[in-house]
Amino acid sequence: MKEDKINEKKANEKKTNQKKELICIVCPIGCHIEAELDPEGNILSLSGNSCGRGAVYAKAELTNPVRVLTSTVKITDGLYRRLPVITSQAIPKDRIFDVMKEINKVQVCAPVKINDIVIGDVCGLGVDIISSRSMESVNP
Amino acid sequence: MFNELSLGAQTGADMYDIIIIGAGITGCFIAREMSRYQCKIAVVDAENDVANGATMANSAIVHAGYDPEEGSLKARFNVRGSRMYEEICRELGTEYIRTSAYVAACSAEEVEKLEELYQNAVRRGIPVAYVSTEEARKEEPALSDHVVKVMELPTTAIIYPWETATALMEEAVINGCDLFLANKVTSIIKDNGGYQVKTNRQMFVGKLVINAAGVYADQIYQMAAGKKIFTIKARKGEYYVLDRSDNPLVKRVIYPIPSASGKGVLAVPTTHGNVLLGPNSVFTDDKEGNDTTREGLDYVRNQLMKTLRVFPANKVIRSFAGLRASGEQHDFIIEESDVCEGFFNVACIESPGLASAPAIAEYVVNELILPKYPWSVKESFKRREPLLRVNKMTPEEQNELVRMNPAYGRIVCRCEQVTEAEIVEAIRRPVGATTVKGVKKRVRPGMGRCQGGFCEPLVVEILARELGITPQEVLLDSEKSLLLTGETKEVGGEQG
Amino acid sequence: MNEYDVIVIGGGSAGIAAAVECYKNGCEKVIILERDKELGGILLQCIHNGFGLHMFQEELSGPAYAQRWIEELGKYEIAYKVNTMVTHVNVDAHIAEDAAKAKSEADKIVEYVNQAEGYVRIRGKAVILAMGCRERTRGAIGIPGYRPSGIWSAGTAQRYLNMEGYMVGKRIFILGSGDIGLIMARRMTLEGARVLGVAELMPYSNGLSRNIKQCLEDFDIPLYLSHTVTKILGKDRVSGIELSEVDDNMQPIPGTEIYFEADTLLLSVGLIPENNLSEEAGVILHPKTGGAVVDEAKQTNIPGIFACGNVLHVHDLVDFVSKEGQEAGRNAARYLRGELKSEKGFVTKAGSGIGYVMPQKVNADNMEETVEFMFRVSQPCQNVSVSVYRGDTCIKKVNKRVLLPAEMEKVKLDKTLLQSAEGDLEIRIESRGVIG
Repeated sequence: MKEDKINEKKANEKKTNQKKELICIVCPIGCHIEAELDPEGNILSLSGNSCGRGAVYAKAELTNPVRVLTSTVKITDGLYRRLPVITSQAIPKDRIFDVMKEINKVQVCAPVKINDIVIGDVCGLGVDIISSRSMESVNP
Repeated sequence: MFNELSLGAQTGADMYDIIIIGAGITGCFIAREMSRYQCKIAVVDAENDVANGATMANSAIVHAGYDPEEGSLKARFNVRGSRMYEEICRELGTEYIRTSAYVAACSAEEVEKLEELYQNAVRRGIPVAYVSTEEARKEEPALSDHVVKVMELPTTAIIYPWETATALMEEAVINGCDLFLANKVTSIIKDNGGYQVKTNRQMFVGKLVINAAGVYADQIYQMAAGKKIFTIKARKGEYYVLDRSDNPLVKRVIYPIPSASGKGVLAVPTTHGNVLLGPNSVFTDDKEGNDTTREGLDYVRNQLMKTLRVFPANKVIRSFAGLRASGEQHDFIIEESDVCEGFFNVACIESPGLASAPAIAEYVVNELILPKYPWSVKESFKRREPLLRVNKMTPEEQNELVRMNPAYGRIVCRCEQVTEAEIVEAIRRPVGATTVKGVKKRVRPGMGRCQGGFCEPLVVEILARELGITPQEVLLDSEKSLLLTGETKEVGGEQG
Repeated sequence: MNEYDVIVIGGGSAGIAAAVECYKNGCEKVIILERDKELGGILLQCIHNGFGLHMFQEELSGPAYAQRWIEELGKYEIAYKVNTMVTHVNVDAHIAEDAAKAKSEADKIVEYVNQAEGYVRIRGKAVILAMGCRERTRGAIGIPGYRPSGIWSAGTAQRYLNMEGYMVGKRIFILGSGDIGLIMARRMTLEGARVLGVAELMPYSNGLSRNIKQCLEDFDIPLYLSHTVTKILGKDRVSGIELSEVDDNMQPIPGTEIYFEADTLLLSVGLIPENNLSEEAGVILHPKTGGAVVDEAKQTNIPGIFACGNVLHVHDLVDFVSKEGQEAGRNAARYLRGELKSEKGFVTKAGSGIGYVMPQKVNADNMEETVEFMFRVSQPCQNVSVSVYRGDTCIKKVNKRVLLPAEMEKVKLDKTLLQSAEGDLEIRIESRGVIG
């Protein structure tokens, strides 16, 4: 099964319907889903999915793609110099780099507990950046 | 004789009796020999470490001396050097293993050539014997079915060239020699009975210059002589390295019948249990062109199928290439220049250069330099402390070390079982490692199956700590070979 | 010499799960020996999420998954040592007077070293190998060129990045579209590097489609299928790479070379089970998996030495690693109770379309109520049947829509079904509708 690189077709300048293609990632089948959207971006039709989960995923991915973001923050007094962190929920895909900017400013100090909030309500998205692990202090 | 004072004051140069250009095996042997005498020696090398040129990338064999042309300097010095190595390595505390060697003929024509080589050996007093192919195959099951006649050279040995060179330079340094790495010679001016040797970093003045500059020896000589006297071409040799094994592919050095281009493609056990397969022989215009090539490596692989029955591709952990310094006369050039008095060429040291090096140094020092410049011998000659090989000690000895220094209890390189204490030692001692490659050459992290995948971050951490630099400043080898480009979170943090 | 019931070598996902299961099944003296600063293994640097969907019904990050298991471990009296490197594993020869008897009862001697204790030997009735794997290197795949700085396996770069906090380069090219390479493409991009592309030798990617989407497409990183790096440029530091298209035999096609001005090449070209200790102990390895040949109890050819996790065969999902660790642990306990004595059994084979089958043999008497066989297909296939044969009899057939080499598969058979026919067990791919 060839997994070709899918390029999103550039949006049409004129006010016409667009056709978009994507590969569903919900299960290993990886159905190629084709969607038709109206000029406002609303989904008119979906085809190519083998199950309902695919339709749900495609709808979300086409109208409001979100991602869970994982990264690291600086940490002092810990066993390592970086602490892994994760968004408490998925964030809009197009805000990833804004959130990264905020993450990069932070410095925490060990000890840290797993799920501690490192940045609350990052970028006003209603999502926290939380610690992915506990890390003890090496300087008790 | 030589107005040292005024020259020094004018140029702000470092004043020496002897300047040795090149810290390869030859330069290191000469430096060590001369450091027994009451003269001031400087060794300069363009590279960031000793033994970074041909000495870095060769077969590591002390050939018995059966192969070079009769009457050549190669023959003379190879035979002599081969007899000197065992004692020298014992003095230095470095590896020397007499593996013996087979020379394998695979055709009637080759059998004739084999007989010539046999006679060479007999004439030169080199122990040699024919062995039956049955016995040869029992001893070396990897020999191919093409082999029809085998000759054994039991005095053939292998060494660990980087260790040997570094140990030699260590002894030279602890006996007063100065070493200047990352100093590339840019001009040599004959002046007032001496030589002004300018590098990219500083100026040296020396009565004598010894040109042991490898592939660049022709250009170095040209700087002093004002014209090109001889030409050196770089001749590339590519190798495969097989993983260490308790049951290595070969126990002995396996030579094919040599040809016009050289000894041929060999199978060579190493002092640490690896096997080298190679080299090929290809001239290149680029004197820094030690890249491996598809064609070169394929050639090595194909040629090996003459003498060996199998090429264990799944055991290959690395490949590398070295550049031989090849002169037009196909022989060493070891003499005082007739146009530049006090300038000694020790050039075109291609195979059997490694095996010949101690004999070359002996000749240069005792027959070229001292008769004309009779420095007196020092009262005492300090010996280096050999590096401890922790993974070869008994558990009791190992635990004694750990009690003394817990860093002996932390294994950093899993594949080669190297402890933190050994790495620190390799950095702290004279001619110590200053780079990741330097650590690798001295104590082996990165030589194993994982090629540094696990241990490199740990070695970088240790180097940074020992050298008092940040991890971002740690080099792989040359000054342009930084590893880490920066810290994460730098960009975001600074923009605030 | 200190004595243990079970010595677990490796404190990663497999080792921790194995140790916990040993203890829960009655082994009192269990110890884990781990070389790194803390337990957790490779998961500690896999900061992305996607772990634990099967085991915890949650999508956790690597460190969080590791922490769950470490917390579980903490509930039991299981000893462990970190910063401790195992140097040798051997069967205690002194006990082996009567070969047959000794073979099944001989203790194992494990040698390790750490700063606090020095070089130590301990004795264990059973040993569980859980050392994980190492990455295939540039040297092993023989990419011609210079040997500059700037070349790393993706995992080493990941350690620098996620644990130490260092960038290894600014303009990255990645060879290998396995998950590690894809994950690093995203990580490097998020941390400010420019990833110029990912090349894959095969005509299909080895990674999860989710990673293709979220690591490459999201960031417009091109994927070059059927391509490989044919030369590395730059003498001191990587200055570029030459990329060539490959033909059906995976050989570079002359004339197709394109060049990238990269300062870094990351390699994600395969994982190799780290079995040096195993080989020294006399464990026989399987040429296809690179791990030990084992039976359904995860026992190697040496009675009392078990293997699980990546050191046995390279996994894609850590959940399966933990499960395999549990199986090894449970069976180590059975071994200690004398329940694994029989050697009668049958071998398993990889039939057409299958790359390998694990376990490689099954003990007819020892086996539990069900046996799960793990396998990988050798090429992608769609709408096929996975058929299990004993001898000429097809004893099970499962229809599958999609099978990929990159995704480990399993088929479970219960004891009665397995015993319903005779002969070697073979798993093969058949087209649907073929009656065995």
